[in-house]
Amino acid sequence: MIINHPLLGPRDSSEFVYLGDANLINRPNWQEDSAVRQFVDYGYLRDNTAGLHRELWFHEYGDRSWLVVTRDTVSHEIKEVRLASDVATEEGR
Amino acid sequence: MKYSGFKIIKEALTGHRGWGPAWRSPDPSSEYDYIIIGGGGHGLATAYYLAKEFKQSKIAVLEKGWIGGGNVGRNTTIIRSNYLLDGNEPFYEFSLKLWEGLEKELNYNAMVSQRGILNLIHSDAQRDAFIRRGNAMLLNGADADLLSKEQIQKRYPFLNTDNARFPVKGGLAQHRGGTVRHDAVAWGYARAADSYGVDIVQNCEVTGFKIEKGICVGVDTTKGFIKAKTVGACVAGSSSRLMQMAGMRLPIESHVLQAFVSEGLKPILPGVITFGAGHFYCSQSDKGGLVFGGDIDGYNSYAQRGNLPVVEDVCEGGMAIFPMLGRVRLLRMWGGIMDMSMDGSPIIDKTDISGLYFNGGWCYGGFKATPASGWVYAHLLATKEPHKTARSFRFDRFSKGLMIDEKGMGNQPNLH
Repeated sequence: MIINHPLLGPRDSSEFVYLGDANLINRPNWQEDSAVRQFVDYGYLRDNTAGLHRELWFHEYGDRSWLVVTRDTVSHEIKEVRLASDVATEEGR
Repeated sequence: MKYSGFKIIKEALTGHRGWGPAWRSPDPSSEYDYIIIGGGGHGLATAYYLAKEFKQSKIAVLEKGWIGGGNVGRNTTIIRSNYLLDGNEPFYEFSLKLWEGLEKELNYNAMVSQRGILNLIHSDAQRDAFIRRGNAMLLNGADADLLSKEQIQKRYPFLNTDNARFPVKGGLAQHRGGTVRHDAVAWGYARAADSYGVDIVQNCEVTGFKIEKGICVGVDTTKGFIKAKTVGACVAGSSSRLMQMAGMRLPIESHVLQAFVSEGLKPILPGVITFGAGHFYCSQSDKGGLVFGGDIDGYNSYAQRGNLPVVEDVCEGGMAIFPMLGRVRLLRMWGGIMDMSMDGSPIIDKTDISGLYFNGGWCYGGFKATPASGWVYAHLLATKEPHKTARSFRFDRFSKGLMIDEKGMGNQPNLH
């Protein structure tokens, strides 16, 4: 797979480390009353979508940026690549 | 019909006109006591033990495609019980014991071959870890044998034991481990289950669960609605997709694992060997092909095919210990979809929906577990209580902190 890095252009996926579902950006607030339950869900449950999947990749052998890659888990086709920092800012993190 | 050597001779002399189909192809009834979703090894084994050991009847196995077309036909056929943790080892040893009697039990030649499995040791720390694991195995009634470098050189003279970076310092052997003809496991269980009256319904995809007031009363399928008192999901690889229809999110990611077969060679590899410094395992099939594999690709996938970086990585691992493989050509490669769970161990449990049960999260260790998985799942479905060797495989272990994490990797499925 080739990941089209927003700053560096097309890079081979073997330069990256995969973390998982991009919803991991939305870490629960530890001060909420239901924080324990929320953290169990956050830590252990996944949508595991067949189809378009937003996921976090880390450019370990490159510029060490975190990316949010939107990829089809059935065809491996990559639809969109964005800097995770941009996505997180947009989502109010 | 009972299979036997006598039967083969008789059929050979009479033109092979007496063989019938090994199982029926019935249309589904409108109602069953038990519906097993998924006609793979685990699902068929579950149906078989439900009928045979737990004396249940009115059982159906619903399969989307054809039986044995999923992971039971896509694995590297290894059986073993060399686990460390208390939650796992008794279960896998129970499974290995069932493998040992399987062919007689099913009256089917599954080519169970206890040719032994050897995990290579490359450092002193790894030897300590493997001694601990070997002791855990012995405590649970399994066999384990620590081999020295010299013993390994004598048995496997072709191994590169003096690699400068990863010298072979010994190995942990389980002589009762080995390989099994994987397709025959599905066929054998199907035939045996069918003989107890289990309906095996192929080309019948479950499209939804009918849940009324928190009770699962049946499933919608491509062949219409089927009522059931007890529904057991058994579709590792696609568990999340199935259970989503019941409104459940699972502690599972689906990942692709690749496997490889070389061209046929003369017998060179007597058992199963695993490389301890990378991830590479290899055995030789009876047709002569070297069957091998390594790590999962590492990203969520439902594609049943992987990518080239892992092919390279696996072949490098192979070359590191078997330099003689350099000229061997790869004949086939394929991918299977794994339920990678959050701690690397499976889940066999009831769900919050009454009458709906779950079996999945097998990571890439499901094949060896087939007989025991079927047995303990049948136990759970029939008695509503977990089997004594499967009490730890619960959904709530993640919220209670009771993970069964053999590799100590935490909630990162692609590292298990």
